[in-house]
Amino acid sequence: MNSSLPDSVRLLQGNEACVEGALAAGLRFYAGYPITPSTEIAEQLSARLPRVGGKFIQMEDEIASLAAVIGASLGGLKAMTATSGPGFSLMQENLGYACAAEIPCVVVDVQRAGPSTGQPTSPSQGDVMQARWGTHGDHPIIALCPSSVEETYHLTIRAFNLSERYRTPVVLLMDEVVGHMREKVVLSPDVEVLERPRPVVPPEWYFPFEDPDTDVPPLVSFGSGYRYHVTGLYHDRAGFPTLRPDEINPWFERVFRKIEESMDDIVQTTEEWMEDAEVAVISYGISARSARAAVRRARAAGQRVGFVKLNTIWPFDAQTVARVAEQVKLLVVPELNRGQLILEVERAARGQAPVRGVNRVDGEMILPDQILAALEG
Amino acid sequence: MTTDLQDHPTIMHKYLRSHKKFPHVWCPGCGNGIILGSIIRAIDGIGWDKDDIALVSGIGCSGRMPVYVDFNTLHTTHGRALAFATGLKLANPRLNVLVVMGDGDALAIGGNHFIHAARRNINLTAIIINNNTYGMTGGQYSPTTPTNRLATTAVYGNLEQPFDVARLAEVAGAPFVARGTVFHALELDRLLQQAMLKKGFSVVEILSHCHVQYGRMNRLGSAVDMLKWQRDHTVPIHAKKEGDDRIPRGVLVDKDLPEYVEEYEKLIARLREEADGSAGGQ
Repeated sequence: MNSSLPDSVRLLQGNEACVEGALAAGLRFYAGYPITPSTEIAEQLSARLPRVGGKFIQMEDEIASLAAVIGASLGGLKAMTATSGPGFSLMQENLGYACAAEIPCVVVDVQRAGPSTGQPTSPSQGDVMQARWGTHGDHPIIALCPSSVEETYHLTIRAFNLSERYRTPVVLLMDEVVGHMREKVVLSPDVEVLERPRPVVPPEWYFPFEDPDTDVPPLVSFGSGYRYHVTGLYHDRAGFPTLRPDEINPWFERVFRKIEESMDDIVQTTEEWMEDAEVAVISYGISARSARAAVRRARAAGQRVGFVKLNTIWPFDAQTVARVAEQVKLLVVPELNRGQLILEVERAARGQAPVRGVNRVDGEMILPDQILAALEG
Repeated sequence: MTTDLQDHPTIMHKYLRSHKKFPHVWCPGCGNGIILGSIIRAIDGIGWDKDDIALVSGIGCSGRMPVYVDFNTLHTTHGRALAFATGLKLANPRLNVLVVMGDGDALAIGGNHFIHAARRNINLTAIIINNNTYGMTGGQYSPTTPTNRLATTAVYGNLEQPFDVARLAEVAGAPFVARGTVFHALELDRLLQQAMLKKGFSVVEILSHCHVQYGRMNRLGSAVDMLKWQRDHTVPIHAKKEGDDRIPRGVLVDKDLPEYVEEYEKLIARLREEADGSAGGQ
């Protein structure tokens, strides 16, 4: 390390920045299974966690990994796993369990080209819809998408904070390029760290799935004197299985409401060059890097093009997209898949402006030229 | 007016959830209630505080057991109970973590987790209720259905060979393996208690009966008839002689191996000492 720089300035890989962010946010448990291109996260945490009194375990598969993470979270530790597309597919059932039982945890998916084994060492944004709808049944989900190493650090911290604040799993959708490229990161000396709400009532008053004051009921750790039941079945406010519509419906309404009514806190969207824009490029993750470069070049050439970057892809920022759609004549959506988030953009635009995709699924990046061509076309 | 129960609550009433709506989901004559009673008596004998016990289950008839008892209870996904329990135990080693599973749950969908939990040797007590079938879904053949027996998915007879649960646990590395039956309920109390007190991954296979599905299809009679089968076809391991083909009961494996969580805590302590040492040297 260059001795003239403070320790907080580092040259890191995205996967390493994820590790730094997780530890800064209070991660104390990791369970995972080796898979390219996420493995550096597991390797580094196996060395780092025991040094801070945390625990690392390599499980027998990705199903077990997320199961152990959920168990550890109920045991009171901030917990995470990291994987890539095939492993993320295996985690879907337990991801739904964490949604249903409202267990805070972070699932990192360093996306690679797919489907199936695909191209393990190539980037992709093919898991956008898997992150939203991969598990069965209706459920809310939060998914964040960094486009740089520095953003990976900050969005990993944010993933933990949102997970704890809203008692929900949060998916961090990285990709192979963000995971493996090296960039400068400034590690923050004092990071805002949130903890899950804890009960302020004695055990006999405690209901783990209902609270009169909040849509995010406090979650108490197993073994701390509050004995309660957790299940993936539809459950009542105490956690016991129920078949009663008058108990099931309020639960569904609450778990959706706790996300939907906090959109301002959860959603992060940035806009650049939008004041007079006639065309808007909307992108996220690694594709947003190419998109921003393309927009800058278009501006330099005198074109009225603006840029909208989504750091939170789920829940989807339909409000911003709807407003932008009313302003511009064309929406362009570059993404490393055959067109996934574009479906949400089209839905939010409600026909106010045509929506054009820029797509690639051959393991290569979308280049600015490809996006510039779409602005013309 | 007082009743005997008001003056002398039973052990069961001390541990069952008073505010949980009974009745339970199990069929009349099922072995699960007897096994739950045995688990409770074993715990009461040890004297563990209810706050310090977690009961974890998977999916199936056995999966519903945790809902009835006043512990920290976790009803997980199918086959994954041991993996959830692994995280829970690592997060809070002070908890006594019991994991109850059925044969399909533990050995088919959860078979990989089972052998790796045995190999890894985390201090968990795995209780496998073996009734040779998937009872809740209607009597399909399981990894422990004997060859040629009938099931709703083996209407011409099961073509597969069954697992021997206890031997599987042993070769996978479990330091404690025992087998009991529902019929020998008091013996089961002792086996469960030994397993719970064992430091390391302990397995108790409990031969049970599903007279409603497996028994009816294979004309094995009533619940009582199937309990008598357990009596007549098993033998204490110490009494088993050469040529006796009855199934052995009792403690089959009991050895001492390094326990994972304890080893991990030692690692944390060692790294802390090293860090303190190097900090002090500067």
